[in-house]
Amino acid sequence: MIEFALSLLTLSAFLCLFRIGSGPTPADRMVGIDILGILVVGFCALFAVITDRAFYLNIALAWGLLSFIGTTALAKHLEGKKFDE
Amino acid sequence: MEEAASKPKISKIVFVFTVTLAVWLLFTWPFAPVNWAMIIAGSLVSLVSGIVLGGLATLHPVKGLNPVRYFWGGCYVFALAWWVMVANLDVAFRVLHPDVPINPGIVKVKTELKSESAKTALANSITLTPGTMTVDISDEGYLYVHWINVSSTEVEEATREVVGRFEWLLRRIFE
Amino acid sequence: MSEIAGYAIIIIGALFNLFGCIGLIRLPDVYNRLQGSTKCVTLGTCSILLGVLIGSGVGPTGMKALAAIVFIAITAPTAAHALSRGAHKSGIPLWEGSVVDKYEEEK
Repeated sequence: MIEFALSLLTLSAFLCLFRIGSGPTPADRMVGIDILGILVVGFCALFAVITDRAFYLNIALAWGLLSFIGTTALAKHLEGKKFDE
Repeated sequence: MEEAASKPKISKIVFVFTVTLAVWLLFTWPFAPVNWAMIIAGSLVSLVSGIVLGGLATLHPVKGLNPVRYFWGGCYVFALAWWVMVANLDVAFRVLHPDVPINPGIVKVKTELKSESAKTALANSITLTPGTMTVDISDEGYLYVHWINVSSTEVEEATREVVGRFEWLLRRIFE
Repeated sequence: MSEIAGYAIIIIGALFNLFGCIGLIRLPDVYNRLQGSTKCVTLGTCSILLGVLIGSGVGPTGMKALAAIVFIAITAPTAAHALSRGAHKSGIPLWEGSVVDKYEEEK
C-alpha cells in the first residue's frame, strides 16, 4: 500500500526532473525545483510511516522551510534584483 | 513602518511571544513527563524573538481577541478546503484530457480589502482556487490574476467571478 | 480502522501529486505549469500529511504533520506568486494562445 504511494511519488519526481532538465526557459527549471522541493516533504512523511519514527517529520519541516527560502531567492534573482531589496 | 520596526508596541511583543511559544510547545508534544528545561528554553527564545521581530507583525493583536473572528475563520477553512478540492479535480480534468482545453490570460481584478494581511490571504486563496493564480498586487487595490480559462476580460465581471468567493469572508476575519 | 482511512488518504494524495507533475509536463507555458502543478502538489502533499496524522493519531508524529500542513498551505502559494511575478518581470511571454495580458498592457 505504502509502496504504491512511494512509486507514484517517485514517478512524479522523475517527471519534475525531466522538466528541470529540458525546460526551455530558466523559469521552467525553477518551477520544477519548487515542485520537487514540495514532493520531498511528501517522501519524508511516507518514510516516517514506514519506519515509525517521528524525526523524519522534523526533516520534512526543515526541508519545506529551506525549499521556500530557496524558491524566493531564485524568484528575486529572476526578477533581476539584489537579495536585500 | 520604520518607526514601528524600531519600537514595537507591547501588545505586538505579547502576540509574537504567544504564537512562537505555541508552535514550540506543538513541536515538543509529549507533555506526560513535564520537561521544564524545554519549556524554559522555549520561553526565552520566544521572548527574544518577540522583542526583535514584534515590529514586523502586521496583524492587529487586539483584533485577535474577538471570538466572532475565529468563527468566520473556521468557515473560511471549510470553504477553502471545498474550493481546493474543486480546483484539483478541474486541473486533473484539464491535464488528462487529450486536447488540454485551456484558454489562458492575465486579467485585472479589484479588491475592497485594505489591510495587508487580508490582501495576502486573498492572494493565497486565489492561487489555490479553480483556475486562477495571483501574479502581482498593485498599491491601489488591483490584483493581476492569471486565469486558465478566461470567460471575461472586463474588470467588474472578472472581479465577481474570481474575488467574490472569498472577499466577504476575509473582510469579516481581518477587518 | 483509522489506519485504513489514513492509507486511503495517502494514496489519493500521491495520485494528485502525479496529476500535478503530469501537468508540469503537458501544459504549454510557465504560468500554466506553475498554476496546475502548485495546486495539485499542495493538495497532494497536504493530504499525505493528513493521512499520516489520521493514521498515527495524536502524538509527536501527528502534531508535526499538522504543523507541516499549515506550513505547506501557506508557503506553496506564496512561492508560486513570487515565481510568476519574477518570470513576468524577466520578460518571459505568455503562450501564443493566450487571450489577454492586462499586466503587460499597464506596466
